Amino acid sequence: MYLDIPRKFSPIIHQARQVAREVFRPISRKYDRAEHSYPRELDMFATIMDGMNAGSGEATAGAGKLAQSGPKGDTGNRNGTNMNTVLGLTELCWGDVGLALSIPRQGLGNAAIAAVANDEQLARFGDTWAAMAITEPGAGSDSAAIRTTATIDGDHYVINGEKIYVTAGDRANAVVVWASLDPSQGRAAIKSFVVEKGTPGMTVERLEKKLGIRASDTATLRFDNCRIPRENLLGNPDIEAEKGFAGAMQTFDNTRPVVAAMAVGVGRAALERTRELLAGTGLDLDYRLQGWTQNAAVRELQRLEAELDAAWLLTLRAAWMADNGQPNSCEASMAKAKAGRVGNEITLRCVELCSHLGFAESELLEKWARDSKILDIFEGTQQIQLLIIARRLLGKSSRELK
Amino acid sequence: MTRDPIGLALAAMTRLAGSDWLDRLRLRPAVEQAAFHGTRAGFQTLHLTNRQFRRAKQWLPTQRLSKRATPELFDLGLDDDQQMIVDTLARLARDTLRPAAAEADEAGALPADLHQSIAELGLPLYAIPESLGGVAEHQSPVTSVLIAEQLAWGDMALAMALLAPFSVAQALTHWGTGEQQSRFLPAFCESEPAVATIAVDEPTPMFDPHRLTTRARRTRNGYCLDGEKCGVVLGDVSDLILVAATLEHQPRLFLVPGTTPGLQRQGEPAMGLRAAQLTRLTFRDCQLEADALLGDDDFDYNAFLDYGSLLRCGLAVGTAQAVLDYIIPYCNERKAFGEPISHRQAVAFAISNLAIETDSMRLLAWRAASRAETGQSWHREACLARQFCNDKAVEIGTQGVQLLGGHGFTREHPVERWYRDLRSIAVYYGGTHA
Repeated sequence: MYLDIPRKFSPIIHQARQVAREVFRPISRKYDRAEHSYPRELDMFATIMDGMNAGSGEATAGAGKLAQSGPKGDTGNRNGTNMNTVLGLTELCWGDVGLALSIPRQGLGNAAIAAVANDEQLARFGDTWAAMAITEPGAGSDSAAIRTTATIDGDHYVINGEKIYVTAGDRANAVVVWASLDPSQGRAAIKSFVVEKGTPGMTVERLEKKLGIRASDTATLRFDNCRIPRENLLGNPDIEAEKGFAGAMQTFDNTRPVVAAMAVGVGRAALERTRELLAGTGLDLDYRLQGWTQNAAVRELQRLEAELDAAWLLTLRAAWMADNGQPNSCEASMAKAKAGRVGNEITLRCVELCSHLGFAESELLEKWARDSKILDIFEGTQQIQLLIIARRLLGKSSRELK
Repeated sequence: MTRDPIGLALAAMTRLAGSDWLDRLRLRPAVEQAAFHGTRAGFQTLHLTNRQFRRAKQWLPTQRLSKRATPELFDLGLDDDQQMIVDTLARLARDTLRPAAAEADEAGALPADLHQSIAELGLPLYAIPESLGGVAEHQSPVTSVLIAEQLAWGDMALAMALLAPFSVAQALTHWGTGEQQSRFLPAFCESEPAVATIAVDEPTPMFDPHRLTTRARRTRNGYCLDGEKCGVVLGDVSDLILVAATLEHQPRLFLVPGTTPGLQRQGEPAMGLRAAQLTRLTFRDCQLEADALLGDDDFDYNAFLDYGSLLRCGLAVGTAQAVLDYIIPYCNERKAFGEPISHRQAVAFAISNLAIETDSMRLLAWRAASRAETGQSWHREACLARQFCNDKAVEIGTQGVQLLGGHGFTREHPVERWYRDLRSIAVYYGGTHA
């Protein structure tokens, strides 16, 4: 048993931390203010990152290569891609969540491709920057209620519908779209399709103005008789009762720990800065005082730190299980639920602990308190995570426990 | 509040109703008498043995357990030894502790036969080096946490009673001089092992283990101890008590044999942990010998408190898991409005949160323990784990009762006991953070 970060990850952590400190932090406020303008600084950085990824095998800080590892022959303990990604994203989001979401080719669409694409598709789309389009105006957490359709027509699928909240939907080179082959057959008919940028019939309707992560664009996409090749359907084209949808949902088992890691990253940023500011007031921040006689702010800081570490450990556990081929649906949701709410609580509380210094734009604390909210919402809201956990623990179907 | 005439009359009546001469005049109904004396009948309890700890004529050099090497990878798996211990203790908790828990709680005593079966298990051996009769090869804070967790799943009070000697043995292994180890540790390896316990807490609000009012001063022959301790597990029957006291402005631990003149013991039952026979100890002019001071310059009081925190976290995790394992089938079976109450989000989400926080507690405790085991700094991690467990233990205890509704408030269900026991987590050692 060992619950600390192994030394072999030091290079990736160091690398991601440098990026966060030297690339993201200096432009963090700039793109928070200049919502919808493209952070050009990221282009050069993305190229460097591609180079680093190509050179270092599995060592990547982005979400682009996530996949469930099987116990391939050896039954020993593994710390692999999932652990790597979680560690990298934590550092990047310590820098800036919005910018981390805007790194070309490291999006969640890429994770979906990595998780379900066949070899031919991996070869075609592996290096494409792919966004993920699931949510619709009438289908949020309820992804089985998707109304976007994909109708077969010769060698093509024709896609019709509207998608909202597509992260990097305007900037990415392709979009992984969730659509139904046959709405009458429910969730089993929902498949994911790769639609490349510039395909006739796909238009960017608008970009959202948001509470936080303003550096990241959030697009509304319209699909109007948008024709794509049949080979762009990811995974198995057959409608198998329940199984197909379960496959699509499985992507979340890998991506939820990553979003949890992002929440930990921004929470850590806020806690660290608050600690620095509190230390400047001359408070004793050591862990050695009776809880009820120490300063209230210090006690609160330590409580938040414990909550953050709990979220962090749940996240590492979920990633570790994925790396070792263990089913981690429940644990991934636990990590996401805990980290999502804790990251939000911490960033908001840190604003309070720092008084107006925390509230004003001269510090980044107020920005982190806005950015963190989305992490308790996307990739499944707090409530959806609790539902998934409860169904697992209680052995209930989605029909019994609604 | 000042008393008015009605208040005075009521106070007089209360004193009258509680006084002995009602009984002497045989005025109290028989049935009330039975309620008063009935519970301990047929329940064999542990008794004080007046054990002597003889000095070893030739003692071994000081023994210290080594630390483990730092592993290469993050790993939540248990090794074979840990798995074996967990499996054994899980069985013991399920088959022996849990069935005995309710009656032991009611009787406010550790059943003697239980003590015997535990003696056979030889828990303290895991804390004692091989050369002194134990089986320990490495320092194993992880194993200690796992042991606490498994035992507390059965019952926290019984777990604490079983772990008290283990903790004393652990402290002796950690910090005892060769002479102290040779004198005391073999007694834990006998077929009738010594009953030993630790006394840190004192009866004061916001108790701070760094500001002990129990004091030791040097005398010509050793030390003189004065002060008061409370909440001492098995304090009424312990052969050996490890007492925290201030010596020359420093907190230290003293090995106090149960036979020491000037030591008074008074049972002081509490809200929970009733089977652990919590006791108040008073030390008046207790003369201790020169070798009563635990360890020498390498003694580390903060680390001692941190080990206490780890154990406390393990206990909290075990009982929290017991709550979770109990309410899941209950909420699936209990029907309201025509369907199981677990079909309601208000109930289901509460259970999800219970599971999240229980796992959080466990991972924080395991991390601190695994750092301690591999020789890394672990004070911060122990503090955070303890603070987290302090908060969540009581939250889980109260949710456990809440989810059973009125049934949870009765002693028909163990959640009532777990509620009381989980309250203790934040209380011991002043709840610190030290």
